[in-house]
Amino acid sequence: MITFEGVTKRYPDGTVAVDDLSLQAPTGAITVFVGPSGCGKTTSLRMINRMIDATSGRILLDDQDVRAIDPPTLRRGIGYVIQQAGLFPHRKIVDNVATVPYLLGWDKKKARARAMELLELVGLDSKLAGRYPFQLSGGQQQRVGVARALAADPPVLLMDEPFSAVDPIVRASLQEELLHLQSELHKTIVFVTHDIDEAIKLGDAVAVLRVGGRLAQMADPATLLSEPADDFVREFLGKDRGIRRLSFVPATGIRLGSVPADLELDEDTRPLGWRSDGGLLPYGTFNPERDSLRAALDAALLSPNGTAIAVDGDGRAIGVATRDVLDEALARHGTRPEKRVPDPDREVPASDPRRAES
Amino acid sequence: MNWLIDFFGTAANWSGSDGIPVRILEHLEFSAAAFLIAALIAVPLGLLIGHTGRGGFIVVVTANAARALPTLGLLVLVVLLIGVGTVLPVLIPLVVLAVPPILVNTYEGVRGVDADLRDAAYGMGLRGRQVLFRVLTPSALPLILLGLRLSAIQVVSTASVAAFVGLGGLGRFIIDGLATKTYSDVIGGAVLIALLALAVQLGFTVLDRVVVSPGVRQVR
Repeated sequence: MITFEGVTKRYPDGTVAVDDLSLQAPTGAITVFVGPSGCGKTTSLRMINRMIDATSGRILLDDQDVRAIDPPTLRRGIGYVIQQAGLFPHRKIVDNVATVPYLLGWDKKKARARAMELLELVGLDSKLAGRYPFQLSGGQQQRVGVARALAADPPVLLMDEPFSAVDPIVRASLQEELLHLQSELHKTIVFVTHDIDEAIKLGDAVAVLRVGGRLAQMADPATLLSEPADDFVREFLGKDRGIRRLSFVPATGIRLGSVPADLELDEDTRPLGWRSDGGLLPYGTFNPERDSLRAALDAALLSPNGTAIAVDGDGRAIGVATRDVLDEALARHGTRPEKRVPDPDREVPASDPRRAES
Repeated sequence: MNWLIDFFGTAANWSGSDGIPVRILEHLEFSAAAFLIAALIAVPLGLLIGHTGRGGFIVVVTANAARALPTLGLLVLVVLLIGVGTVLPVLIPLVVLAVPPILVNTYEGVRGVDADLRDAAYGMGLRGRQVLFRVLTPSALPLILLGLRLSAIQVVSTASVAAFVGLGGLGRFIIDGLATKTYSDVIGGAVLIALLALAVQLGFTVLDRVVVSPGVRQVR
């Protein structure tokens, strides 16, 4: 767990970048610092690994004050990913990934073997190991940056707008990849972004900061969307808060009806379309085990008859949810949001409804 | 052309204490000594100033002052001050000539390394010295080598001034040739100096291939 206790950063010219910040980033969870530029989110992050030192207040890593640890030693125990990847241009990819193991004195063979493992973990072809950074695309470089940060298996990972410089499609896949990695690795991650959608997609806890470095609200994404603390947070969250919140409601509770006769199925009972005089009509599916209520609602909107088809992991139809049933589910969750504040000592369950949503 | 044949074709020019091989060796000795001294001063200083960011004005002042100084004038001045008889009067002006290109390029090379890269290096837990030698220097190497090359070529071309104060080197052919109106010697000496400069250039091109990482070479 990372604890900020009354942390303030004031520069000699009087600018206050972070103002009396107190919060906790729970172990094994992703905590996102989000806010407009000038809100001190990056400064706050960089105070954890002492790239910047706080003017007053304390930052505790578990129970140890980071100020008590010599910065290079501290940093070798904390993974760090930055926006432009910051790979060493003169080193091959494999040696870039092995940077921290080399610093820690691992022998070259072991460090490289570990680096190869990590390249595979972040989804990079082992052929890239012998290349130089300039030969990789931005998205690939960013994956290498993540691999490098993970190389010595640090318990804590700091990510400073790591996906901001890549195009939206690559960004989405990197985000998915991060959630997937996190479901296996359970690192304590602090992630900085200015993009509220990214914050909501990735964060177990989201800290919204306002200009001047003050904490506006810290909550899990569902609570943030349903109960913004003030106008600043509400405005920052943007439109469609109600719909977006449904992403955090699992679809498991939806009462399914039996598969109706007018749904055309193939021999494996996978849906093909709704029968009509003019041929098959489009349909939408959701997986109640994995998807959110939002996905179920979306599936209903895709079908002309307003009925969402529930499928299992193999895509076989197992039932349907009509508009009425969905309305019921919405009514159940519309007024009473599910609290999902991450428990600091509990690992985040891997079967989070968001993990399956794209 | 005849002059070149006269110069290079005369057997007597190839032997003795004033023959071409001896003169080339002398020339290389002055040049190498001045170049090495300059490199030993300018590379560490450039790395240090570029890394710490302190003392950048030294680089600017040195570069401008040294460029304004005429080598020949400085040579005469040093001779007046300490007299002839040693190699010092030649070495000092040559070192002064050789320092600025190395200093400026080393400094700019280190200072010009991407701030993100420096940040990442510290963020990974490298210490100051490791950042300098493992990240900044290799990244700045193409520029450092450029400075060294420019400096070496200038020194080799200018080392002929040694002849003005009675020392050897290829300058002898030019000075003596002018004095005795033996123009074949003048031209032959000049051609040899030009060839040496080209050889230096070639040497650095090879060095560049060997010591600069392909990852950095491609970027520039």
